[in-house]
Amino acid sequence: MQKLLLLGDEAIAQGAIDAGLSGVYAYPGTPSTEITEYIQASKEAKERNIRSNWSANEKTAMESAIGMSYAGKKALVCMKHVGLNVAADAFVNAAITGANGGLVVLSADDPSMHSSQNEQDSRFYGKFAMIPVLEPSNQQEAYDMTRYAFTLSEKFGTPVLIRVTTRLAHSRAGVQRVEVLGQNDLHLPSNLKQFVLLPSIARKQYNQLLGKQARFEDDALTSGYNQLIEKDNHKLGIVACGLAYNYLIENFEDHQVPYPVLKVGQYPVPHDLVRKLYDQVEEILVLEDGYPLFEELLKGYLNNGKKIMGRLDGSIPMAGELNPNIVAHALGIPVNVGHQNPAVIQGRPPSLCDGCSHTDSFLALNEALSKFSSGRVFSDIGCYTLSALKPLESINSCVDMGASITMAIGAADAGLVPSVASIGDSTFTHSGMTGLLDAVNNNSPIVVVILDNSTTGMTGGQQSSALGKIDTICLGLGVHPDHIRVITPLRRNHEENVKVITEELNYQGVSVIIARRECIQTLGRRMKLKAMQKMESNN
Amino acid sequence: MKKDIILAGVGGQGILTIATVIGTAALMEGLQLKQAEVHGMSQRGGDVQSHLRLSSKPVASDLIPEGKADLVISVEPMESLRYINMMNKETGWLITSMNPFINMSNYPSLEELLAEIWNLPRNVTIDAEKVAKELGSVKAANIVVLGAASPYLEIKFDNLEKAIESIFAEKGNDVIQLNLKALRAGRELADKRG
Repeated sequence: MQKLLLLGDEAIAQGAIDAGLSGVYAYPGTPSTEITEYIQASKEAKERNIRSNWSANEKTAMESAIGMSYAGKKALVCMKHVGLNVAADAFVNAAITGANGGLVVLSADDPSMHSSQNEQDSRFYGKFAMIPVLEPSNQQEAYDMTRYAFTLSEKFGTPVLIRVTTRLAHSRAGVQRVEVLGQNDLHLPSNLKQFVLLPSIARKQYNQLLGKQARFEDDALTSGYNQLIEKDNHKLGIVACGLAYNYLIENFEDHQVPYPVLKVGQYPVPHDLVRKLYDQVEEILVLEDGYPLFEELLKGYLNNGKKIMGRLDGSIPMAGELNPNIVAHALGIPVNVGHQNPAVIQGRPPSLCDGCSHTDSFLALNEALSKFSSGRVFSDIGCYTLSALKPLESINSCVDMGASITMAIGAADAGLVPSVASIGDSTFTHSGMTGLLDAVNNNSPIVVVILDNSTTGMTGGQQSSALGKIDTICLGLGVHPDHIRVITPLRRNHEENVKVITEELNYQGVSVIIARRECIQTLGRRMKLKAMQKMESNN
Repeated sequence: MKKDIILAGVGGQGILTIATVIGTAALMEGLQLKQAEVHGMSQRGGDVQSHLRLSSKPVASDLIPEGKADLVISVEPMESLRYINMMNKETGWLITSMNPFINMSNYPSLEELLAEIWNLPRNVTIDAEKVAKELGSVKAANIVVLGAASPYLEIKFDNLEKAIESIFAEKGNDVIQLNLKALRAGRELADKRG
């Protein structure tokens, strides 16, 4: 088979399809979105009937995947790093139930926060749940490791975590496929109580998980994904995890590093390999994208051994992703200097698109709120978070998915009345509905503006779980029908919209204002498709 | 052979299409490549860049080390300057469109930007939008820029043409022809400069 030019994300997707995947479960999140999109668009996946619809959030995705694993088939669940916080309850407990069919969890971290609120390191979650973690260093490994993750999962009856970062997820390179495996038949676990985590059963299951730890480490020694590359210069030894390996070898002629290198791709890292490296070198440099997870382990609390360099001692900055230059600095290798950037360059931050419905919604909200003191708008995660910036400067918070409604409840309880929540349609069904139920049960004096652009916009226009359901969800949760208002955010409706918002700001209970107008991007795409279809039917 | 290329522009201007054309042509020549893209929030009207690395040997880092890029290819003049720290000071070329994309209130004057660009030892500036408009659609401006960069790529021009034919195949012959013309017009501009 010819090599395919694939993003890291796409390599994972193709690797899963070729490993005999039966279903992928996911909620969109940069930089993980393209995995599921690739499977959704794949002809092969369609022919093999691989399920791939979007889930409402990462927790529902994780649980559905556990269900598929229970039924004996191979399931993949994908999310961005902060999505794993949402799925954490299910994720950590899945380590206790163990897997039946292969269960692979993919978490895409975003060091440097290109499109995120933090740079948490998912490898900690793997360690926390005590399951094997794979970390590819390139696109080919991303493909190979995904296949291996399913093997590992079924061999040990455990979920396996694959951790990638933005740089690999969104970088393309040639990938060689191998033969396609068949899907598993439906087969339930031999012990039908395996997934019943009653304390008495959970204790047994937990002991089993503890018992597997040594075997996880043995496997990491024999799988080939951890390699000690021996060299003669023992002044320094280097541990390079995942992608860091590439930044390391980039700095040497023909990629030949003169020092011994432990290339890490599978956790827990085998003690034997680490001991072998440690014993033969004078100092050690640890290179890892994300938090200093391995560096801390190696150093221990008191650092009573050889000098260990990395993020903790400042050889590498604590924050931000690695790159070849940062690694060169840590190694004392001189770096090239390019031209100096002239002062005339200005920043060009992202902004809402021309004609975006959110702009009209926030212009109306700003005006309606102008009678009150500022600082009352709690918001959420989506394109509309950009309304924090000039020129709108409308919102005062963005913490986590769904936090707008619940933060407004707390602020109103503290006396900030009215408090306003602004939340997108997809974010509302992801994690806003339970918060709205709290508000109804509290009779909180808040106004919830649901910015319904009928898509998951920020990640590129994926199908929103909320599509066509918001009004009835709000009714069902107990919002009074008189205070569920629907407006169309358009410049020409501005006065009318200000009036509706003002009325609801004056109401001492829960109001929902649904600002409904389709995302300008998805609308454009739809119109283009329609025009093309029309042209084709005319031809 | 080794070419490290920074592609620059504003989200939606088509730099990933340039990357795909070069990448496809590079594969035809049996080269190895890595191409790091920017997706997500920063796409919306913000600055975007892509690192494209071509080599006859395996490529290690997905990112080009600072000061080592052989080319900066940009579809916007201010964006071209944003990455000159990445360029090799001794040998690097900057090829850019001189058409500003203004979606901000503090956009500097074009004269100042062009003065900075022309101050660089090796640069090519072209009015890509004018050329593309004359050919029928301003949308092809990105491919005009690619044409102007083509003499510096060390990739056969035929292969760039073949790449365009294959990439735009789904969009029909009109789109293919437009982009082929854009590529050739950009090349002519670069050649005329001598």
